[in-house]
Amino acid sequence: MNSSPPSSDVQLSAAELEEQLDELLEAAFTPGRRTNAIAKKLAAHPAEVQRFVLHWCAVTAQTHSQVAYLFARHVLEALETMDRPDVQKWLLHAMDLYDRQGLYPAIAVLKAPKDFAGAGVDHAQGVYLEEITGVLELFLRGLSGRAMKLEPADPPHTDTSTLFLPSRLGRFPAKDDNFRLYKALAVHQWAQTHFGTFFPDLAAELRAYPDPDKARKLYHLLETLRLDAVLARHYPGLAREILSLRGEALPAEFQDAAAELEAPGAGPKQSLEWMENLLAQPLPPPWPYMGELLPERAEAERQQRLRRDKAALQAALAHMQPGAKPASFSLRRENSANEVAADFVLLADGRPVVLDDEVKGLLHSIDLDLGDIPPDYLTPAGGGGYAPAGNPKEKEMAPPEGGYAYNEWDHQRRHYRKNWCTLRELPSGLGDAGYAAEVLGRYGGQVGQIRRVFEALRGEEKLLRAQKNGDDVDLDAAIAARTDLRCGREMTDRVFTRQERLERNIAVLFMVDMSGSTRGWINDAERESLLLMCEGLEKLGDRYAIYGFSGMTRIRCEIFPIKTFAEPYGPEVQRRIAGIEPKDYTRMGAAIRHLTAKLKEVDARTRLLVTLSDGKPDDFNDPYRGVYGIEDTRMALIEAKRAGIHPFCITIDQEARDYLPHMYGAVNYTIVSEVRQLPIKVANIYRKLTT
Amino acid sequence: MEGHALPPEEHFITVEPYYEPTGDEIAVFEAAYRNRLPVLLKGPTGCGKTRFMEHMAWRLKRPLITVSCHDDLTASDLVGRYLITADQTVWVDGPLARAVRAGGICYLDEVVEARKDTTVVIHPLADDRRMLPMEKLGLELEASPEFMLAISYNPGYQSVLKELKQSTRQRFVALEFDYPAAPLEQKIVVKETGLDEARAAQLVKLAAMTRNLKGSGLDEGASTRLLVHAGKLMMDGIPPAAACRGAIARALTDEPEMLAAVDELIATIF
Ligand SMILES: Nc1ncnc2c1ncn2[C@@H]1O[C@H](COP(=O)(O)OP(=O)(O)O)[C@@H](O)[C@H]1O
Ligand SMILES: [Mg+2]
Repeated sequence: MNSSPPSSDVQLSAAELEEQLDELLEAAFTPGRRTNAIAKKLAAHPAEVQRFVLHWCAVTAQTHSQVAYLFARHVLEALETMDRPDVQKWLLHAMDLYDRQGLYPAIAVLKAPKDFAGAGVDHAQGVYLEEITGVLELFLRGLSGRAMKLEPADPPHTDTSTLFLPSRLGRFPAKDDNFRLYKALAVHQWAQTHFGTFFPDLAAELRAYPDPDKARKLYHLLETLRLDAVLARHYPGLAREILSLRGEALPAEFQDAAAELEAPGAGPKQSLEWMENLLAQPLPPPWPYMGELLPERAEAERQQRLRRDKAALQAALAHMQPGAKPASFSLRRENSANEVAADFVLLADGRPVVLDDEVKGLLHSIDLDLGDIPPDYLTPAGGGGYAPAGNPKEKEMAPPEGGYAYNEWDHQRRHYRKNWCTLRELPSGLGDAGYAAEVLGRYGGQVGQIRRVFEALRGEEKLLRAQKNGDDVDLDAAIAARTDLRCGREMTDRVFTRQERLERNIAVLFMVDMSGSTRGWINDAERESLLLMCEGLEKLGDRYAIYGFSGMTRIRCEIFPIKTFAEPYGPEVQRRIAGIEPKDYTRMGAAIRHLTAKLKEVDARTRLLVTLSDGKPDDFNDPYRGVYGIEDTRMALIEAKRAGIHPFCITIDQEARDYLPHMYGAVNYTIVSEVRQLPIKVANIYRKLTT
Repeated sequence: MEGHALPPEEHFITVEPYYEPTGDEIAVFEAAYRNRLPVLLKGPTGCGKTRFMEHMAWRLKRPLITVSCHDDLTASDLVGRYLITADQTVWVDGPLARAVRAGGICYLDEVVEARKDTTVVIHPLADDRRMLPMEKLGLELEASPEFMLAISYNPGYQSVLKELKQSTRQRFVALEFDYPAAPLEQKIVVKETGLDEARAAQLVKLAAMTRNLKGSGLDEGASTRLLVHAGKLMMDGIPPAAACRGAIARALTDEPEMLAAVDELIATIF
């Protein structure tokens, strides 16, 4: 045998496996990680299985070595009950949990592969929430006009902000039917939040009954009758699907209740009344799309949301005051006959003002929660409210040594805090030399496609007319020239055509979020996006630069140059991209200001600032995480725009946060909810932006 | 439309084109016309800008000359050029020159698509000089008093290369167009397709749902034009859901996930 590395078809020995696992899982440096036993067991499996396990260990270890280790320990057990695609889903589910909720929930899933396998009845045709989250989110956004957050949880329920759905459904033999059930569960929850099921005192009302549990379940059932009828009036196709999922018909005692609750105009209070009347009856079994009604959770969430919405509305109103003086706002409700959504007219000192989508959304959300907009919600922010620690005047900073000083926008005082932030450029770390090749290999065909698309964009060939010299005679120009000559006018010598590449003359700067909140998949997606972008941009020939940003507190804002405009793309840059890692917090304003200044120095006809972030302005123990940070970020973007730069914000948002439109609204932005799509999306967005 | 050839500047619209006003755009346009001010129509595609121009041309009894701009359209394409006939060269006016001479309304649709050199001819026409420079003829053509310049522009484009320059936009009276409010849009669909009110209302509701997806994967929601298309298919006997999938969903996107979502939205309504 020669000494070439084992080809992938060859079954590895326990010793070889142990060596590879040790390296992947950094076992030598991590106490408690023993790969010996794993390797022994794995050695008995065919090469295919070994390859599968090593591959996923490697992928997982990139971001979570502990998760990778647990995967290695339990994967063989998982393979006893699941096929490989399902084992893959089990791992992805655990990684996802790690990202969202931390290590412990992930450990729980990894330690119990059998539970995951048993979650559905019909294994083969089950549908995973992950597979359909994208479609379902778009569907709900279209239906409701607002972003809905979907999360895995059992039993299905809503806290009125998030729709919780099982991570897998396998109730029906056909995939389509399982998808329909997902849709029905989601729509039912949305309808509860949208058509008033959780009215303000619901939790307290239900608690007052001797058997609160039964009261709650019965109320839920009656509300289901009412909501399904509302849906049938507005979305007949949808209602048909949902009704087809109902199980047993209701007993005769429920007929009168049904007739009344299904009539137009019925409200949750009627359901409550009928609940009292029917409380003595045995409780009919629930229908499969109902999930659970958990008013206590809804109440807690509602309180929080109201606090947030109130602050956001008041801040928005402060912007909308027509004059310098504080205005008095009032509301007029229009179109109250509309069951689906009320329209509001906002008056400032008696005169109607134009509402942007953000304010409309807030009013709508508050109206849903309270059934009305109380007057105190309409006092614009300003005097009082949040006061940052200390007097800003006192803390005004002199330009710091070895750093750059930037102003910060204080939305409450409506002025800049002078030289408030200190920013430094720090050398960026180098990552693994093999990372770029691994990513580009993984995206294989798509990399090729991006290269081709970008190549095609590259200043298309244009036929320039009336040139002094060129490849061909420009007939139009030649004729005009001759005519001029005949008429005794001066004859031009611009009579040629020339084929030329039109210069694009675009410079783009990518600003990449390196804050701690990007840890995990977002960071992976950012790095992968950048590598794919670089491949495309190299073909395209646009000038580009990449900078990372993070920091902690206003005196430690940090910028990490990954690639400057002057520097060529190469292994060094690739390693810096590989080395992009989550650090601390996100003080976006200072970073935007710094990079805007950089971009202004570049001589290009079109200058673009593309931010890639998870859209959470925050900072250590600092009001920057609230409205203040949102407003400063917004202002920094407006400043960039005024400076002749085109900012474009790409936000990875899995939480459907409502403030994003306000923060980015002044400039162009897009929200990507599926992290995994980011790399391809970024390339597409850039293509659209610049053609 | 007649089949026989008539130079566009002699083509007067004689039958009132159906146009449903959404605000005071007719009055503003007429006032701009009386005062010889050029007009900029802003708005997404398919919201009635072209129809509005046809309607105004009919109202003002002027010929309408429409140019759909594209990225190879140069100033000479608008102004004119020499053509060779048997043994001589003859000058042929471009559409803009024809409109300027004949006192027509020239509508440059999607003006940002055109080559940058077109601004050279648009600017002097759009300020109080009202002159069309005809470089090749060595003269400046003074616009007849009835001449009017109108351009359209879709601010929804995200491309940074397709923004209308301040120096251009500040010469125009701007009219903002958007999709009509639901009851009005329903009326338009009924009139344009002959669909009954209930069906038209369903289409309008579907449009609202797709417009909710703007920015989350769709560049634009369904335009009034697409509703009219779907309505026409339905009137021709295509089942509603199929008509909407063809005329609306597939016209909006190719992305599988988005298509699936829009198809699901269609299914909620019918
Ligand atoms: N206000 C309106 N009145 C009448 N028809 C309209 C109106 N708005 C839109 N339409 C319908 O929509 C179609 C597309 O409109 P069009 O004028 O071509 O859009 P645009 O020029 O803005 O792209 C028209 O053919 C017409 O059927
Ligand atoms: Mg048009």
